Amino acid sequence: MLDKKGAEPLLKVRNLEAWYGESHALHGVSLDIHEGEVVTLLGRNGAGKTSTLRAIMGLVGRRSGSITYEGREMVGLRSDLIARSGIAYCPEERGIFASLDVTENLLLPPAVRPGGLSVDEIHTLFPNLKERARSPGTKLSGGEQQMLAIGRILRTGARLLLLDEPSEGLAPVIVQQIGKTIRELKARGFTVLLVEQNFRFAQTVADRHYVMEHGRVVETVANADLNSSLDRLHEYLGV
Amino acid sequence: MDDFFGIPAPLLFGQLLLGLINGAFYALLSLGLAVIFGMLNVINFTHGAQFMLGAFVAWLLLNFLGLGYWWALLLAPLIVGAFGVVLEKTMIARLYKLDHLYGLLLTFGVGLIIEGLVRNEFGSSGLPYRIPPELSGAWDLGFMFMPVYRGWVVLVALVACIATWLVIEKTKIGSYLRAATENPALVQAFGVNVPRMMTLTYGAGVALAAFAGVLAAPIYSVNPQMGSNLIIIVFAVVVIGGMGSILGSVITGFGLGIVEGLTKVFYPEASATVIFVVMAIVLLTRPAGLFGRA
Ligand SMILES: Nc1ncnc2c1ncn2[C@@H]1O[C@H](COP(=O)(O)OP(=O)(O)OP(=O)(O)O)[C@@H](O)[C@H]1O
Ligand SMILES: [Mg+2]
Repeated sequence: MLDKKGAEPLLKVRNLEAWYGESHALHGVSLDIHEGEVVTLLGRNGAGKTSTLRAIMGLVGRRSGSITYEGREMVGLRSDLIARSGIAYCPEERGIFASLDVTENLLLPPAVRPGGLSVDEIHTLFPNLKERARSPGTKLSGGEQQMLAIGRILRTGARLLLLDEPSEGLAPVIVQQIGKTIRELKARGFTVLLVEQNFRFAQTVADRHYVMEHGRVVETVANADLNSSLDRLHEYLGV
Repeated sequence: MDDFFGIPAPLLFGQLLLGLINGAFYALLSLGLAVIFGMLNVINFTHGAQFMLGAFVAWLLLNFLGLGYWWALLLAPLIVGAFGVVLEKTMIARLYKLDHLYGLLLTFGVGLIIEGLVRNEFGSSGLPYRIPPELSGAWDLGFMFMPVYRGWVVLVALVACIATWLVIEKTKIGSYLRAATENPALVQAFGVNVPRMMTLTYGAGVALAAFAGVLAAPIYSVNPQMGSNLIIIVFAVVVIGGMGSILGSVITGFGLGIVEGLTKVFYPEASATVIFVVMAIVLLTRPAGLFGRA
């Protein structure tokens, strides 16, 4: 997967900088994601992983550099227009709405393209969401909320999914289920940019890893080479 | 059924009805305020002026275009709502990034300007607006006479409140609205044009105020200060119900209208202040309001 040299990447980020007010969070991030790949962003707390996803999504105060998706420049666009071009975001805090029940949460993101999963398919992936359809979104367990947060962006027809630490704080069996889901999504042709701190988990789903530090990408590692790079990675990740 | 606690039934029910009518206006107006506040985080101090504009537009439609009450009920909310849309787009939208206080000051100022302009143009003595013939007269309920128009106002206000509640709680648009009230940035990142939603929400809240204004035109005389007199009480209602709670503002609106009516019967001296007394008690015991989330 590393050598898709010929094809133009689906998402191409160059020299991306981002600010929250005065605070400068990203200092020139560059990365490529090809159609159908699952790529992770690894890095310590505060390295800028979430900020990278938020900057791609147009959710930071200010950003500069270049973000092209399907060849189109997005860096100046409003976040709703970025979503409409086919990128979907699952935030680290999950963003489940308390005043909406599970089904309303699931149906909230508008379809941006044809070809999303049907509600039935999402219920097959995450049967809990069907059982708890009428519960308020935030009454779900952490794992169920994570399933809901992922499930609701599969409906929209978006082809690039930005997932921020979906395994965070969840029981191992749920983490496995999320891992299985991500592999299934890849098999269905979704492209995924996954933020992870848990690189044991990342290893089970990804083709390639970017390592971030101080608001920059400092390393790219193919999944096959992950084990041989462990020493270096331990240094970056502080584990 | 002649008297209760020594109070003659017609007096008691007459005041109860008056209370219900006032409550209907409190409910409609605080509902609009709650919808606007929930979505925009702006306390719309222009609300009273927009209510008054609704009544004036009804009067203008009748006297310049010959369009009567029923047309006014439809057109005045659209016209005043459109004015609200322009106001939001050109001014209020610029203040979202700043402290609440700026939105409050702006809408307060705009309200004063509107009221002043209307007073300059039409004077402050008030213009008559007739009850439409279909709704004039009274029903004899046995223990009292019930003016048809008053019954109509209570009924329509109830229907409008329930309809608004249904839209917000049971429809797709309502789920966008509730979600955007919680986390507008995320809703926008899903591809919803949240700025446009805010504009339309403001327009809808303003239209609701204008609708109440048309309903009020035949009851109160149409005058420039009809809104500011009412809105002070409505803000107390909003504080009591809990800022931003839809159902809370409806129940509190009707409830306080009735409380006010009963006070007129049993202790008339306190009728002008009872709502503010309730407000003080609620603020002391439940600062987020009866239905507000702390
Ligand atoms: N809303 C914000 N306002 C100001 N600074 C912020 C904000 N969010 C993040 N930052 C700063 O930006 C930098 C990058 O943070 P970011 O959240 O992107 O890190 P992260 O890699 O996702 O960390 P974690 O693993 O803890 O989620 C940090 O220094 C952080 O303090
Ligand atoms: Mg993060």
